[in-house]
Amino acid sequence: MSEVIKNYIVRENEDYIVNMGPQHPSTHGVLRLELVLSGETVKQVVPHIGYIHRGIEKMCEYDTYKQIVHLTDRMDYLSAHINNEAVCLLVENALEIEVPERVKYIRVVLDELTRIASHQLWWSAYGMDLGALTAFFYGMRDREKILDIFEESFGSRLLHSFNTPGGLMHDVHPNFQKHAMEFVKYFRKKLPEYKQLLTDNVIFRNRTQGIGVMSRETAIAYGVTGPSGRGSGFSCDVRKIAPYGVYDQLEFEQILYEQGDSFARYMVRMKEMEQSLNIIEQAVDKITDGPFTAKVKPIIKLPEGEYYQRVETARGELGVYVVSDGKKFPYRVRFRSPNFSNLFVLNTIARGHLIADLVAISGSLDLVIPDIDR
Amino acid sequence: MSGIIKYFADILHGLKTLWAGMRITGKYFVSPGEIVTEQYPEIRHKKQIVSDRFKGEVIMPHDENNQHNCTGCGVCELNCPNGSIEIITKRIPDENGKMVRVIDKHIYHLSMCTFCGLCIKVCPTQALAWGQEFEHAVYDRTKLTKVLNKPGSSYKGLSSKKKEAKS
Ligand code: SF4
Ligand code: SF4
Repeated sequence: MSEVIKNYIVRENEDYIVNMGPQHPSTHGVLRLELVLSGETVKQVVPHIGYIHRGIEKMCEYDTYKQIVHLTDRMDYLSAHINNEAVCLLVENALEIEVPERVKYIRVVLDELTRIASHQLWWSAYGMDLGALTAFFYGMRDREKILDIFEESFGSRLLHSFNTPGGLMHDVHPNFQKHAMEFVKYFRKKLPEYKQLLTDNVIFRNRTQGIGVMSRETAIAYGVTGPSGRGSGFSCDVRKIAPYGVYDQLEFEQILYEQGDSFARYMVRMKEMEQSLNIIEQAVDKITDGPFTAKVKPIIKLPEGEYYQRVETARGELGVYVVSDGKKFPYRVRFRSPNFSNLFVLNTIARGHLIADLVAISGSLDLVIPDIDR
Repeated sequence: MSGIIKYFADILHGLKTLWAGMRITGKYFVSPGEIVTEQYPEIRHKKQIVSDRFKGEVIMPHDENNQHNCTGCGVCELNCPNGSIEIITKRIPDENGKMVRVIDKHIYHLSMCTFCGLCIKVCPTQALAWGQEFEHAVYDRTKLTKVLNKPGSSYKGLSSKKKEAKS
């Protein structure tokens, strides 16, 4: 706590205060950063949030458990499928519903496809933030392939609401496995392009290496999870430390970098995409025939008590906390969203850097604003 | 001296990475087979641009006799998370002269729908389906409120005699 407080300075008269956002393109949404500047050097960053607050947690109190699922799409819209899964897993664990094997493996494949799509979008936008517009087109081109797989199976490209407590809304398209494997082959070929276009670019490296260094202690103190935390050597991959679904039966590595700068966070995501491809390859073969959903009552009532479920989204650890009083609506729902914690570390790691570097740092944290405000 | 060497080595290295990136863009520039962009309004009539399962809007399929599957039970209205569906029923006599409740208007607010798919999944008679229309932009919001059962349509389960009597 003391570390958090000491980072907020007393303002002086000659300080220059500038608002970055809420319409700034590099904040990727409606986020306002109040910057205290001395010259061009950032002395303090105060994030102001709430511009896109929709009260999702309160809305959940008036929705049944099946209805809650579609609201979680609207938090971190780039990890929509993984958010859905968090609520579904919570209900399934609470009621001890045995989910069919087929569903478990389909969910893993979809999780990883979502993760890759999310990282591709981040990669595109990060390049664009730093002035490399070319990257944007290449990232979008490959993301389109994943969105086509999504569209073919669930009819929507971004917010699919495809999970439901007990399984899936309907079965995946018969071509799902084939197209997923085709994508893996395709994207393996295209990944070296990403390296040549951006990773190895000397301008890009100079703008990210050594910028916004976050120590492991800071990451833990602020609860920075996901690739941003792992770039600082904080081992926080929920898929490894508290496996859900069938992640414990699949082989993959947790990517850890020790440097903690923007480039380390960048590299974690690049390597994670490769790991995700490996996971998809293993899981696709294991999709067996079978039902796409378990038997679930039309009206789900959780027994009285408290429930918690966490999953690893593309940005970090998402926790769902539900208090139930035995009725068909939950008594209280709370989401521990990864972006909220990741945002507030910005003040600590951006101080002393230039404004242009702030864009590089906030981009490397990969923030999605609706997830912060909920 | 070493400073100068490093200076020029850096420039050389920078040019090399720049060249690596330019080579990729150049490669795509001269290979027209790899073009991925599509001219949107032009391709609309040439090929199907969305998949068969695309969630464009909720529709109620009618058969050639202008009959649908909706009984007017109201389960979809109950399950919709945001009140996008309103069911208005009426009472008409069936073939034995008994009064039965049937659907009068199945009102669907496309502007409020979140495309969660619950209404379609829960309908006991599979009366609803996804339509593939996606160009929904209109100037007037009231145009997005639709009545899904067509005028003069009736529930398949009712006899055709009463359908005539009704119309
Ligand atoms: S559409 Fe289906 S669920 Fe809705 S009122 Fe008609 S029969 Fe009932
Ligand atoms: S798709 Fe969902 S939001 Fe839309 S009408 Fe059906 S239940 Fe309501």
